[in-house]
Amino acid sequence: MVKHSKNRIYNFTVNTILILIGLVCFFPMLYVVSVSLTPYEEYLRQGGIVLFPRKITFEAYVQFWKEPYIMECFRNTVFITVFGTMSNILVTVLMAYALSRKNLIFGKFFTFYCLTPLLITGGLVPTYLIVRNTGLLNSLSALIIPSLVSPYILLITRSFFSSIDSSLYESARIDGAGEFRILFAIILPVSLPIIATIGLMYGVAHWNQYFASLMYISDSAKRTLQVVLREMLNRASSMESDVVVPTRTLQMAGVVVSAVPIILVYPFLQKHFTQGIMLGAIKG
Amino acid sequence: MHMPLGRIPGKSSKYSWPNLKSQGAFLLMLLPGLIFYFIYLYLPIGAAILVSIKDYGVKSGIFKSPIASPWYKHFSFFIKSPYFWPLLRNTMLISMSKMLLGIPLAVMLAILLNECRVNKLKRAVQTLTYMPHFLSWVVIYGMCFILFSETNGLINDWLRTLTGSTVPFLTNPAAFRNLVIGSDIWKSTGWSAIIYLAAISGIDPQLYEAAYIDGASRAKTIWHITLPSIANVIVLTLILRCGTILNAGFDQIYVMYNEGVYSTVDIIDTWVFRTGFENFNLSLSSAVGLFKSFVSFLMIVTVNQISRHWGESLW
Repeated sequence: MVKHSKNRIYNFTVNTILILIGLVCFFPMLYVVSVSLTPYEEYLRQGGIVLFPRKITFEAYVQFWKEPYIMECFRNTVFITVFGTMSNILVTVLMAYALSRKNLIFGKFFTFYCLTPLLITGGLVPTYLIVRNTGLLNSLSALIIPSLVSPYILLITRSFFSSIDSSLYESARIDGAGEFRILFAIILPVSLPIIATIGLMYGVAHWNQYFASLMYISDSAKRTLQVVLREMLNRASSMESDVVVPTRTLQMAGVVVSAVPIILVYPFLQKHFTQGIMLGAIKG
Repeated sequence: MHMPLGRIPGKSSKYSWPNLKSQGAFLLMLLPGLIFYFIYLYLPIGAAILVSIKDYGVKSGIFKSPIASPWYKHFSFFIKSPYFWPLLRNTMLISMSKMLLGIPLAVMLAILLNECRVNKLKRAVQTLTYMPHFLSWVVIYGMCFILFSETNGLINDWLRTLTGSTVPFLTNPAAFRNLVIGSDIWKSTGWSAIIYLAAISGIDPQLYEAAYIDGASRAKTIWHITLPSIANVIVLTLILRCGTILNAGFDQIYVMYNEGVYSTVDIIDTWVFRTGFENFNLSLSSAVGLFKSFVSFLMIVTVNQISRHWGESLW
């Protein structure tokens, strides 16, 4: 009896702390959404405290889509996220598969070549110079090509392929299948967890990327969403009088639009990626 | 296909036809990646070395710019400059705080999640704590604005009603550094708890059952079973984080900071970025970037040697 009630207190404590932690994570997100849906006058009158808006308006969102070049910028972000992630996955998987084969010639050299950039990098300015000299400045490919493969993600993918039971591979080879067929018909179907994981990692990085766009893109119509949002957030704090200062509600609408699409992807991949991440976390 | 008995194709002699065919396919698979690596990961290292020992001029470019005299001019300028120590201090302070607060909190979250017996609550909290990981720093900057701004941020509205005074979170250097550390922990704790959860799920459940039979309380099993079992993972993550101690969070700080708070949050990386892209001193910026990269490299190698003592190694 004593033990039973002790256990109940224990469970109660654990659950309460967890609920509090959940609230700390959830509350700021909820608040941002609430503010973006509140009429601006209402927001001012309430002194900012609008947890559950009494009146809902989409005025701020309508305003947001009227920002100059916003449609182009949104389209750019979707484009580099979809197309960039697809190219990332393709090149990474091909490389990782070849590197994971034990019979690859010069395997040691190739592995060394591919993992050294994990330890030493050129830095921002030299990378910028190379991007400029390869003629990518001010084009959307500057946001895709210079980050085609992440050495860290390559390492995780290679570890995953190495961990697949090699009898699968050997039996396919005895049947005379070529390496490309083995990869696409046999290895990839059992590699969904890692594909989902690296797809998510690359996708999130593309959607959220800010610096590449800031450094390499000068044309307003070629910027990405994060750059537009940052500029919008800072416009309010500057004192220039000739620009229209965006209201807090408009800014929060921008925050929601820049955050929601990538969060929506997560539940679809969740099933696969926890497994993939754990592998990466342990091996990486 | 005719195969002599007892020979496995994958391990057949190097010069057999199926093996050569495979090697061709492998090289074809590697090719796009190898080219990418060479141009965008290796050439920048070469460029960094050249630019940092030269006086880079935009017109003359990487090759024609004259060598600086002495060649280590930009390195010694940085080390002797008044920026060096404050930058190093800010970098170390921020990244150490993030590490020393972040790791215990992530371990705690993982243990709490493991102790939770209500599956729905467990999953909900897990999803909620992961979520900030997917938000960009620009988005989090926007959140900080609406929560912590002195004029109309929510927290300051509450403080004003409760205490009558406000805290300038975004403009006071010391408060801003805490905001940088706090928002990083908010963003990353749920995600970094995954590795500890994975380690905990690998513990043999019989250990717990034996402890319960011996009369141990559940709280006691955390201390005597869970923590010792994941101690090696904790030590390993701690050591690995030490190897990247000079990365204090460039993406975050550059997006969030302002001139008023340089004194506490200006780190090596943000200074490198400003020197290169705002003051256009490309040689100095490259030199400092290279210096940092080199020190980080030495630290990772050292740290990896140390972690071998725990039977774990990066390579």
